[in-house]
Amino acid sequence: MKMLELDKDVVEISSKYGKSKDHLLRILQDLVAKKGYLTEKIVRDLAKDMNISPNEVYSVATFYSFIKTKPTGKYVIRICQTISCDLAGKEEIIKALEKELRIKCGQTTDDMLFTLETTNCMGMCDQGPAMLVNDEVYTKMDSIKAIELIREYKTK
Amino acid sequence: MQTAVESKLTVSINGKEFDARKGETILQLAKRNDINIPTLCNHADLCESGNCRMCVVEVEGQRVLQASCTTPVAERMVIRTNTRKVRKTRQMIIELLLAEHVGDCQTCKRNTNCELQDLAAEYGIEEVRFGKSQEKRYEVDTRTPIVRDNDKCILCRRCTQVCEEIQGVEAIKPMGRGKDTDIGCLFGLPLDETTCVFCGQCINRCPTGALTERDATKEVWKAIDDPTKHVVVQTAPAIRAALAEEFDIPPGERVTGKMASALKMIGFDTVFDTDFTADLTIIEEGTELLTRLKKALVEKSQVALPMFTSCSPGWINYIEHYYPDLLPNLSTCKSPQQMFGALIKTYYAQKKGVDPKNIVSVSVMPCTAKKFEADRPEMYDSGYKDVDHVLTTRELARMIKQAGIDLMDLQDSEFDDPMGISTGAAVIFGATGGVMEAAIRTAYELVTGREVPFANLDIRPVRGMEGIREASLTITDPLPEWSFLNGAEVKVAIAHSLTKARMLMDKVRAGEATYHFIEVMACPGGCLGGGGQPIPTSPEIREKRAQAIYTEDGAMKLRKSHENPAVKVLYEEFLKEPNGHKSHELLHTKYTPKDTW
Amino acid sequence: MQRSCLLSPGCKCNEAFEKAFSYTPEEIINIIKDSGLRGRGGAGFPTGMKWEFAAKAAGEKKYVVCNADEGEPGTFKDRVLLTDSLDKLVQGMAIAGYAIGANYGILYLRSEYKWMLNDLNAKFNEFKNQNYLGNNIMGKGFDFDIEIKLNAGAYVCGEETALIESMEGKRGEPRNKPPFPVQSGYMGYPTVINNVETLCNIPYILEHGVAEFKKYGTERSCGTKLFSISGDCAKPGVYEMDLGITIREMLEMVGASNTKAVQIGGASGSTAGEKDFDKTICFEGFPPGGSIIIFNKSRNMARVLKNFIHFFEEESCGQCTPCREGTRRLKEAVDRIERGEKLSDEDMNTMLELAEVMKNSSKCGLGQTAANPFVDILGKFREDF
Ligand SMILES: Cc1cc2nc3c(=O)[nH]c(=O)nc-3n(C[C@H](O)[C@H](O)[C@H](O)COP(=O)(O)O)c2cc1C
Ligand code: SF4
Ligand code: FES
Repeated sequence: MKMLELDKDVVEISSKYGKSKDHLLRILQDLVAKKGYLTEKIVRDLAKDMNISPNEVYSVATFYSFIKTKPTGKYVIRICQTISCDLAGKEEIIKALEKELRIKCGQTTDDMLFTLETTNCMGMCDQGPAMLVNDEVYTKMDSIKAIELIREYKTK
Repeated sequence: MQTAVESKLTVSINGKEFDARKGETILQLAKRNDINIPTLCNHADLCESGNCRMCVVEVEGQRVLQASCTTPVAERMVIRTNTRKVRKTRQMIIELLLAEHVGDCQTCKRNTNCELQDLAAEYGIEEVRFGKSQEKRYEVDTRTPIVRDNDKCILCRRCTQVCEEIQGVEAIKPMGRGKDTDIGCLFGLPLDETTCVFCGQCINRCPTGALTERDATKEVWKAIDDPTKHVVVQTAPAIRAALAEEFDIPPGERVTGKMASALKMIGFDTVFDTDFTADLTIIEEGTELLTRLKKALVEKSQVALPMFTSCSPGWINYIEHYYPDLLPNLSTCKSPQQMFGALIKTYYAQKKGVDPKNIVSVSVMPCTAKKFEADRPEMYDSGYKDVDHVLTTRELARMIKQAGIDLMDLQDSEFDDPMGISTGAAVIFGATGGVMEAAIRTAYELVTGREVPFANLDIRPVRGMEGIREASLTITDPLPEWSFLNGAEVKVAIAHSLTKARMLMDKVRAGEATYHFIEVMACPGGCLGGGGQPIPTSPEIREKRAQAIYTEDGAMKLRKSHENPAVKVLYEEFLKEPNGHKSHELLHTKYTPKDTW
Repeated sequence: MQRSCLLSPGCKCNEAFEKAFSYTPEEIINIIKDSGLRGRGGAGFPTGMKWEFAAKAAGEKKYVVCNADEGEPGTFKDRVLLTDSLDKLVQGMAIAGYAIGANYGILYLRSEYKWMLNDLNAKFNEFKNQNYLGNNIMGKGFDFDIEIKLNAGAYVCGEETALIESMEGKRGEPRNKPPFPVQSGYMGYPTVINNVETLCNIPYILEHGVAEFKKYGTERSCGTKLFSISGDCAKPGVYEMDLGITIREMLEMVGASNTKAVQIGGASGSTAGEKDFDKTICFEGFPPGGSIIIFNKSRNMARVLKNFIHFFEEESCGQCTPCREGTRRLKEAVDRIERGEKLSDEDMNTMLELAEVMKNSSKCGLGQTAANPFVDILGKFREDF
């Protein structure tokens, strides 16, 4: 029997929510915020700690697009791709950021700093184009503002 | 009376009125009245999931079609199951599934026994208007006893449901969302890196060929075709009660003699019966139980009780993963298959004068976990791999067909001597409660010198399909050497399916169980409902197979394991005594704790 | 006519609490029933009836859940209520709890709004300090507390039973109904699920009375409604208007000109062309989802369609065949169109048949409406394809 020690962050975060299944989503989100993405070890440790099947944990995790199970950058840039932001010019921003970060949408920079993604309607349609960097929301973007913003994050 | 009237509803289906029961679904009502509604995700053993939408019907007053499997009937409901709209919808759903179902029927194990294929034929699907994807997207892992081909998966989720609802294992789950949903393990890992117990219940629930057993027929044919090999086969008790189903015979038909004939015609050199080692198991396990009881009651020493049976390899896998702390309670007896394997390459080889290295030992099992068991490192006690190849009931049926044999036309023949001789007690190993009944028949007589106090030796309290059953038997007037058991109330419990086993184990773990002996079978119904048995399965089918098994027992001349003359000879010639040195070397083993998750 | 029942701080809604607790729970339910308030989350279910079901359902615990998942493309009115009118929401939830006998409230918030989480928590604490929440609210002998639960990026979780699954820590896959949440919801307990806006109407109704509430709107669509207006117009934003307003009136108000089409009710709603602009938006007209997206004549509707269909394909939970496979095939078709292929009549008929099957046989509202834009936009703007 492998008796590896459980990941400290996993135990800390799951304890904060009382290790109960109804908080699984929140626990997973906090773990993603802390660790960037879920590894096999994190999933197995969490499962052990919460006494649920690791398959269940992974099944739940992969249902939700904000819970990452693949290597992801420190900053996840999500650009709203839904119609109002599309009308407002989201395509330009994506192109500008792809160029700035030298990655395609859906990819992560080599230094693991940024992941560039699109996401569905963010509820900012009156102020589009809108984007999220992790949990922070930015509205009325254009390519110049977007690039400036990313450069700021780079130096953070 | 009045409540009966009250809870009766009048429901119209296709213009005809029916008496419906409150709380039943449209599908249930229709089925009871022989109105056919096609289903895919629905299964008699599982909760309704309402995923496939094949079963939709028109209900007057409803804006959209209703899934009949999940919609309860209501008073004066007006239902139509065969309108153009319903038909067109079903056709479209089949087409949608076919468009993403990659694989050729001709090369599929489930060809001619596939629910998707049947429905496509029934609904006259002549083309898939969306085109049919030809590109394989999934790699198929053929190492493990259960083989998953997700390209053939239609996401009905019956497999994940049986794994969770009936087995409580959750080895496979739906992963991802939407169009990316597929069934699998975390991070796409193979089954053997999860807690999969290889019971194969998922295979029996799969409507298509997405889940199958790892094939052993090719290797077995190769051995048979090799003149330097001496190929010995053993067949488990549950096979004879189900094999005929593979030949389109309704469940419940016994084909013991025909099966023996077929095995000989296929070309096995010797055809033995696992029932022989089932009897042997009773002697070994009964002795072990009595020894444990004696230690506990007379010597007052620490000994793990209750003792658990150990003949179900799915159960062994389960306890290793989930209750490793209770492993000391597990009987050290190997399963009858493995006892057999160890004896073939030692006792039988000596007797027959064959070099064990030229023996290929094949077993026919109702079980996919037996494939896993045969591959265990613990199972080389003969100095060789004790059981070389394990065939499921389905695979044996395929071999019989490949050999051009019409099973149902065969004359009966007998198993070969000496390891083909068995008793009724061994046959009932195939049904849940059977090991317990066999053990009680022998142990009681051993202790008291009298037959069990049940009419016709039928110990009814331990029979049946209730998930957990308990029984007790008070011992009076034992023989002098067992006087410590005088007045003792021996308590036993039986569980089949792993969620039920879990309930019992939790009680044991909490110290709340007062049993002495617990029988656990991983599969619902016991081996007769094993993951290697003919498809489909249902409570009704398993009931019929159980009847066949008990009828076979009733018809046997010998009904008690300790009466098996060949087993007696085995002890005289080879093993010397139950639980003796040789037994421990060949017939007993120990299992190791594994990671729970 | 713009209104300000929900949006302006002018309503002295704090007094609603006082009023509410002077009634019995049954009386409150009757008031809400009389008001004709219908759910603002899309389906338009009468709120009073929903509460009554939950009140009558047996359960040792009950829950009030506020659906703040607001995921329908083009909808952002709940965002404004959450940031500007949280007091109304809290009162609405507590009053709902009082009416049905629930002491627990859950605010189910979409993860795209996580940026407001700290603010929400701070405000909830303030409400607790003021004894608008917590034990013995305002000394009235009623306990009510609200917990926030977060979605994690799945539109389908706005569907009420998927939402429950998600709150229980599971995959957000819609359940079979019945049982309905009012009978067996969160953790199996009777649960009322209402949209943010629905709940924000409650204090207004109690405070000003049914008659005042019914002054706005039409006979079958009572009250005002928030509209999230975006797209090609001068003044996008959230507007509070009477139900029953015509599309043309609305377009004028927000400074939209040269309008070609209006998407009403989000991606799953319906598309109005110029011919429809004199029609009204209300439960008996164009269903008032709350999302209004305006397209001017320079827009190609094929691109709009593609955007919507991609949305559904990505957001289908994947549980049931018609929606999972249907959205995949619709996407394939719009991608073909985008590549400049012309669908043959035969292919087009197949797709329309598919749309019908999705509507009729999908398990939840997502699949049932996912093909709407395909049928609507292709039907009304064939020249764009
Ligand atoms: C796919 C789908 C998404 C939905 N999303 C939301 C949503 O984001 N917010 C909401 O209030 N209702 C949403 N609904 C409607 C809810 O299921 C439910 O009807 C509503 O929350 C009930 O509240 P109401 O009666 O106050 O309208 C959605 C429904 C479907 C089918
Ligand atoms: S209609 Fe779509 S979203 Fe709804 S249950 Fe079916 S697959 Fe899931
Ligand atoms: S059998 Fe009813 S939905 Fe599958």
